[in-house]
Amino acid sequence: MSNVFMGMPSLPVFGDGNLHIDEPFPAAAHRELGNTQMRANLRHATHTIRDKRLKVVGELPDWEELRDAGAATKNQVMANLPALLEEFEKNFTARGGIIHWARDADEANRIVSDLIKEQDTDEVVKVKSMATQEIGLNEYLEEQGISAFETDLAELIVQLGHDKPSHILVPAIHKNRTEVRDIFLAEMPNVDPNLTDEPRLLAMAAREHLRRKFLSAKVAVSGANFALADSGTLAVVESEGNGRMCLTLPETLITVMGIEKLLPGKEDLEVFMQLLPRSSTGERMNPYTSLWTGVTEGDGPQNVHLVMLDNGRTAALADKYGRTALNCIRCSACMNVCPVYERTGGHAYGSTYPGPIGAILTPLLTGIKSEENSSLPYASSLCGACYDACPVKINIPEILVHLRGEDVDSKRGENKLPSQMDLMMKGAQWAFSSGKNLGLLEKGLPLGKLAAGRDKKIKRLPGIAAGWTQSRDIPAPPAQSFRDWWKKDHRPAAATTEQEK
Amino acid sequence: MKIALFATCIVDAMYPQTARATVKILERLGHEVIFPSGQACCGQMHINSGYMDEALPVVANHVAAFEAKTYDVAVAPSGSCVASVKHQHPVLAERCGDAALKARAEAVGAKTYELSQLLVDVLGVTNAAEQLGSHFAHKVTYHPSCHGMRSLHLGDRQLDLLKSVGGIEVADLPEADQCCGFGGTFSMKNADVSSAMLEDKAKNIESTGASLCSGGDASCLMHIGGGLSRTKSNTTTLHFAEILASTITEPVSVTGEVFVGKGGK
Ligand code: SF4
Repeated sequence: MSNVFMGMPSLPVFGDGNLHIDEPFPAAAHRELGNTQMRANLRHATHTIRDKRLKVVGELPDWEELRDAGAATKNQVMANLPALLEEFEKNFTARGGIIHWARDADEANRIVSDLIKEQDTDEVVKVKSMATQEIGLNEYLEEQGISAFETDLAELIVQLGHDKPSHILVPAIHKNRTEVRDIFLAEMPNVDPNLTDEPRLLAMAAREHLRRKFLSAKVAVSGANFALADSGTLAVVESEGNGRMCLTLPETLITVMGIEKLLPGKEDLEVFMQLLPRSSTGERMNPYTSLWTGVTEGDGPQNVHLVMLDNGRTAALADKYGRTALNCIRCSACMNVCPVYERTGGHAYGSTYPGPIGAILTPLLTGIKSEENSSLPYASSLCGACYDACPVKINIPEILVHLRGEDVDSKRGENKLPSQMDLMMKGAQWAFSSGKNLGLLEKGLPLGKLAAGRDKKIKRLPGIAAGWTQSRDIPAPPAQSFRDWWKKDHRPAAATTEQEK
Repeated sequence: MKIALFATCIVDAMYPQTARATVKILERLGHEVIFPSGQACCGQMHINSGYMDEALPVVANHVAAFEAKTYDVAVAPSGSCVASVKHQHPVLAERCGDAALKARAEAVGAKTYELSQLLVDVLGVTNAAEQLGSHFAHKVTYHPSCHGMRSLHLGDRQLDLLKSVGGIEVADLPEADQCCGFGGTFSMKNADVSSAMLEDKAKNIESTGASLCSGGDASCLMHIGGGLSRTKSNTTTLHFAEILASTITEPVSVTGEVFVGKGGK
């Protein structure tokens, strides 16, 4: 890819919008860990979805082959993205749709806002969408005097509660139903004051509230899960049917979609419509799958727009070791199985994308140096549960490690004193790059006994190692290393010919 | 068979009895064990902390040390170190632009096995009591470390070996597949989250009523054991190699937080 092309801005163009953590992850996590109600809600919710997912995934004898197929298709899409985008544009336009290209969040927001204003309205209904969360569309529209109404139940709860989503699929996962009832009672106009926390009644209250909006709105804004290049078709996958109301009732439909959502053709949906529902909600089949291709006279929206969003995706694509993060189909399986996410919740990640995928996608989109995003790739014990769960086999632990390398490298040569971690790694490099050196170091280890108490345990270490001793002891080192024992005391039981000394 | 032992740095320096137990088991089966003296560390700590430039000489040293000797297979009593040797070394060499080292690392990685892998898949050990004379009359539970489970796909190899030890009682660990929270420098950089994970792991271990939690990675066991020790728990940790090495006549001692096999220091 050439760096300069016909006066276009040089690559990579990083993304902006709701993609930043403004304090280092450990500090954010520390705060969230103190919220015991949230942790109880999350533990319950993530464990329930985990079990459901495992059950339905276990039913499919060809699950691993499906994952391989999903990964292969996505890899192929990323390798051919420019050609597929052109093919999609041609077909979408031929069917009466209008495409807008947005380089970043700001451009996308302006395009959507102008399109809404053209329709002479100051209200839109919204289908749940990650792309519009990413660009901060609702906040932007509010500044422009346009009210955007979220119609997905969980998004509605978050919006009414003046809160932020903490999960990509279940944005209100951090709330339990009593908290939801309280939000409805406080914020929903004309709500029954005797509303209880029974889920059915809560859903009915939301439905009544939303129905009025569906019938009056002239414009709907959506995201898209897939775009089929060979026909110019868009697809939205949802559970409630509220999305379909938005996609069919208003006169104008504006979709905001990341450029990586393309699939070559409708046959590919066969694979993804098996992978996605099982991975996300633990369902065998998705309840509401809507597909639309351009404009159909007298049926559905007559003004059909699509905003194709880059916002750092091209930059991510240019990263050889990170680009598979763009394969993500936003199923949320990785966060549901993540032991870190389970304890900190989504807000700790500071970005629209929390959990393991967020820890890689966010810094890939914004660049590793943006605000405190370099702390995100460290928000993992590298246990690998995310990689095992991912339906498109994104090797998240490997990309986390890669981005840690980017972070360390980006700070090299900065005119500053080396950090404690830098010094520790330098020292360990000396010890670990030769058997001789390690042997020398080990001879000094028994000195560690001096640091240990009478119970032979070390209970407090200084500096960054204090993180370890905040909850764990370290045994006093042994009197003799294995290396030393081997050299001096090992008597092989079996006959040996070549013994190393 | 001639078997090269990769002791791993943490076992070499902090848990020598685990490496000695590994040697004991292999020699009991009649194999010749060698210890390539150039070995130090797999470099995992550097790689996982993002210090790739610093990791390169560590990886190069490992590859050179295990190229320097002739042997049939190499073995390490650690899932995560073997996963690093097999998977991380070639990737790191490629990233650092050293194609020759990548090929050499792949060759060393292909010959390297985690201990239970070697015992079960190569040496055909399925019954520790019968084939190794293993005896350990204690109630234990077992934590499968993440890298063994997910990178090496060890499955139940370690657990099945433990269950076949004479006199042992093995209690199932609730939520066994959940990470203990160690994660190398994660336990320092994100100490709060790590501690929260450890707390749940320790609770689950104690709920089994076992006197010991066994596993196949000294680092995770040091983490879990360190947490149990801090809360003054009666439960502690022990590497499965030491349990396999234990016999009726030469039992492994389980007193004190540092386990010392017979004849140890
Ligand atoms: S990274 Fe994989 S598991 Fe996570 S949301 Fe994306 S597709 Fe799902």
